[in-house]
Order: sequence, then structure tokens, then C-alpha cells
Amino acid sequence: MLSPKLWTTSTMPNTSNDKPQRKAVALVSGGLDSLLAVRVLQEQGIHVEGINFYTGFCVEGHTHAIRKKDRAKPKRNNALWSAEQLGIKLHIIDVSEPYKGVVLNPKHGYGANLNPCLDCKGFMVKEALEWMNKHDFDFLITGEVIGQRPMSQRKDTMPVISKESGAGDLLLRPLCAKLLPETKPEREGWVDREQLLDFSGRNRKPQMALAEKFGFTDYAQPAGGCCFLTDANYSSKLADLWQARGEKTYEIDDIVMLKIGRHLRPKPHFKLIIAREEGETNFLRGYRRSYLSLNTISHSGPISLIDGEANDEDLELAARLVARFSSGREADLVTVEVRQKNGEAKELKVKPLSSDDIPKEWYV
Amino acid sequence: MSEAALMILDTRRLLCPLPVIRTQDKVETMEAGDSLVIQCTDHGVINDIPAWCRINGHELVSIDEQDHEIVIEIRVGKTS
Ligand code: SF4
Repeated sequence: MLSPKLWTTSTMPNTSNDKPQRKAVALVSGGLDSLLAVRVLQEQGIHVEGINFYTGFCVEGHTHAIRKKDRAKPKRNNALWSAEQLGIKLHIIDVSEPYKGVVLNPKHGYGANLNPCLDCKGFMVKEALEWMNKHDFDFLITGEVIGQRPMSQRKDTMPVISKESGAGDLLLRPLCAKLLPETKPEREGWVDREQLLDFSGRNRKPQMALAEKFGFTDYAQPAGGCCFLTDANYSSKLADLWQARGEKTYEIDDIVMLKIGRHLRPKPHFKLIIAREEGETNFLRGYRRSYLSLNTISHSGPISLIDGEANDEDLELAARLVARFSSGREADLVTVEVRQKNGEAKELKVKPLSSDDIPKEWYV
Repeated sequence: MSEAALMILDTRRLLCPLPVIRTQDKVETMEAGDSLVIQCTDHGVINDIPAWCRINGHELVSIDEQDHEIVIEIRVGKTS
């Protein structure tokens, strides 16, 4: 791995000593494009700090650390890694609450799945603009490239992001700036437009060549996007949640749960979240005060949580389903402990469902 | 001279990057030289909190990993 080259205000190239040091805040996702965009500006002597938003749907970190099999190789946080390579500070901001408005009611709609990319980008640039004003920075940069993503990175949608975020011509995209109208940092001579780039389209070769030039070798290349909302399976679980609740809402615990375990919905008004392995069992156990839980006690088996309201008949069905996923799946009877949120528990002796009793449609 | 403070931050059950965010927000309220002990359960912090410290000029004092819990101590560096 490359040893990070530290760019501090004192070591950065400074084209002219009498010019005030200009400061840019960069949206750093952890991918190659934002890494390059920052470095391009550092080459021009700009002081850059990174900003990274936690929306609750980020692919970074999270469930990698829950599943036991992934523990041996804990994933690095790519945004932090990028910042370290660049020698810049990174400010990670929790926007999970205000971000709900973006996911639940995107003005520009969703992409292929439940990804509201255009609204999302506008929201992030707006948040970054507020940070910029508060911390006395001069302008904003992103690693966007024209034509790279079908929704948010098109020549016709890029101005929408600049306009709706309120950033206007303070938003510079160094990797494709030459293909876009001049921005204030270029006009004012804070940055030299000539040294900016003209990347476009989905071809990643120019980025890879630039990465090589700058000596970056171990960068992340996320497929699809930077968040779970671009994932078809994840999106269908979220859509199921909204349908079952009869309204589009969610809490952070809900969206974390969608990443964990098997989800089966035997009835419209409740679903089971069944741990798939020990790491998930340990994690779900921590939620027993927030959800009704089921655990096989006569046989070893995973912990399961119930999301929704379940009556006695539903609990019997849930217990039989849980028994199916235990080591007692072939036994005549399995004892299942049903535990209320307040810790009160009762035992049910049930016959495990057979695999034929579990319709495919139950799997969310 | 005032004595350095020692504070404890409970981030158990929070998933990365939330423990880093809570650490960052807590450190903003502390003085250089103060210590912060962070309790965590997401093993991702073993990479993330040291990386965050290196980037932002804080000192990693120790990482103590037990079965389900990780306890990390850091010392707040000079903030600019
Ligand atoms: S992939 Fe996710 S985080 Fe990235 S722009 Fe789209 S909605 Fe936002």
C-alpha cells in the first residue's frame, strides 16, 4: 500500500505567495473519482478538507462487521482511507434524520431501484454548502463525471444539482470542468481551468490512468453505487416494509435490520428476521428489548425477531417457522421460547414446518 | 494548569461509521491532552478509529479487544 503523501498547508504547492490560500470542501465518498478530484485541486495549491455523509444506507462498514465470517478481514472505511491517502481532514456527518425526506419523497423520483440519486446529490451539496459557509471555506468540489451515472451525472442534471442545492457556480467538478460552464473559482483565478479535466462517459480508463500518474494503486471501485438503495434485493425489502406498514416511513433500526438475516413474511402484518450465523445472532440479541424474539431451546438454532404485531396463532406459526431453521428441523417437537420486549417469556412446543410448507413468496 | 479530563463514550451496538461520528463529535467538545475511552461492539472500529485519529492528529493510546467488546483509548491532539 502506498504510504500517504501528506499535503499540509505548508507543503502544498503554492503558485503565488501573495494570493490568499483558497479553501475547498470536497464530497468524499471513498471512491476513485472523489480521490482524484481532490488531488487535482491539491496540485493547484488549494487547501482541501473532505466531508462525508452518513445517510444510514451507506455500504461502508456496517454489516461486514456483523457477520462472523467477515471478522477476520474487517473492511476499511474507504472515505477515511481516501482522506489518509490525500493527507486531508475528513468530517463525517450524520444526516440520517434529514435524509429521510430524500428517500421518502424524492422530487425527481427514483432510479432503477429505490435510489433517489438526483435528490440525494442535491441534498448532499446543499449540506456541504452549509458546512462551507459555517467554516469559512471558499468553494465546493465533487468527483462527478458527466455521463457516468444515468440519473445524477448527466449534462442536463448537473446544473439541476448546482441550482437546487443553492451552490450555483461555487460548485466545481474538477474531473469534467472543461465540459461545463466556467465556475466562480475558475473565473476568479482561484484555480486554473486549463489544468482541470474533461472526462465524460462510463469509460473508467482516464481515471485509472490519472490514478496511476498520482501513484494511487489500492483505491475502491464500488460496483453500482455508494449505497444500498441501488441494490435490488435491499430495495425490495424496503418496499415490503412500506407496504406492510401502509405508509412510507422508517427508523434507522429498520434500515439496519434490512441488511441482516433472512426476512420472511408469513402474514401481511408481521415478518420474521432470522439470523443466518453466529455474528448475526449476537447482533440481533442486542435488539430483544425492541422486538419480540424467538429462540429454540430444545435444539440449537438462530435467534429470530418479529417485526409487526403477532397474535397467539401468528406466534405458533412463527415458532414452527423458526424451528424449521434450527437443528431440530426433523424432530417431532421443538421447544421455542417466545420473549416479550419486557423480558417475560413463555415456551411453545411446536412441530417444525416442512420446507414444502414455506411458500417462496414468504421470502422478502 | 487545569488537569486533563478523562471521558467515556458508549458506542456499543452502533455500527460503523457511527462510532467514528460519535467520537468525532465528542472530541470537538474536549481539549488537547484530554483522554477519551470509547466502548464499541462493531469490529470495524479497529480500522476506522485509528485511521480517523491519524487523519485528524489525535493519538491512539490503546485498543483492548475482548469477546464482544472493544475498548479504545485516544488522547486528543491539537485541533486547528
Ligand atoms: S447511489 Fe445512493 S448515495 Fe449515491 S447518489 Fe444515489 S442515492 Fe445517493
